[in-house]
Amino acid sequence: MSDVNARLTQIVNDKDVVLFMKGTPLFPQCGFSSRAIAILDHLGVAYDSVDVLQDMEIRQGIKAFSDWPTIPQLYVKGEFVGGSDIMMEMYEAGELQQLLTEKQVARAE
Amino acid sequence: MAMPAAEIEALIRTALPDAEVVIEDLAGDDNHFRARVSSPSFAGRSRVQQHKMVYDALGGRMGGELHALQVVTSVPN
Repeated sequence: MSDVNARLTQIVNDKDVVLFMKGTPLFPQCGFSSRAIAILDHLGVAYDSVDVLQDMEIRQGIKAFSDWPTIPQLYVKGEFVGGSDIMMEMYEAGELQQLLTEKQVARAE
Repeated sequence: MAMPAAEIEALIRTALPDAEVVIEDLAGDDNHFRARVSSPSFAGRSRVQQHKMVYDALGGRMGGELHALQVVTSVPN
């Protein structure tokens, strides 16, 4: 396993909910990342984020790691959920709430 | 470099001939699009798999040339 894959494996396994995004939750640098954050905030779950703009290795590596060409990318308990479009589709169908409940993800403080 | 809506639609239709494809220009700038794709071939597949089928149809342009494309997939009723 390459170094970047080992790093990514550790990140997604260490954190229950993690969003790989452009920018930070307070200052998203792209509309899609902003939308993903809005959904997570609205759901009121605790989450971590990784700013791919600060780390070129992660920025490229996550695309191969997930076999997914775009950012943001959401992981829940080590499992790839999707990008912002899928997050929105799932949110609108009530499936994202259901997934987070099933996975017993902590609420935001 | 933006890609015209007609070209996006043609690529998806070529790869998924049974699909209904609607492309919307979200910002009126010929750059921010939403592709609504409905296809019987999505049946039984996860959302991630459905979106990957559309990304595959776009032949590696997603995330590069097409950085501002929203994709919405569905199975026809």
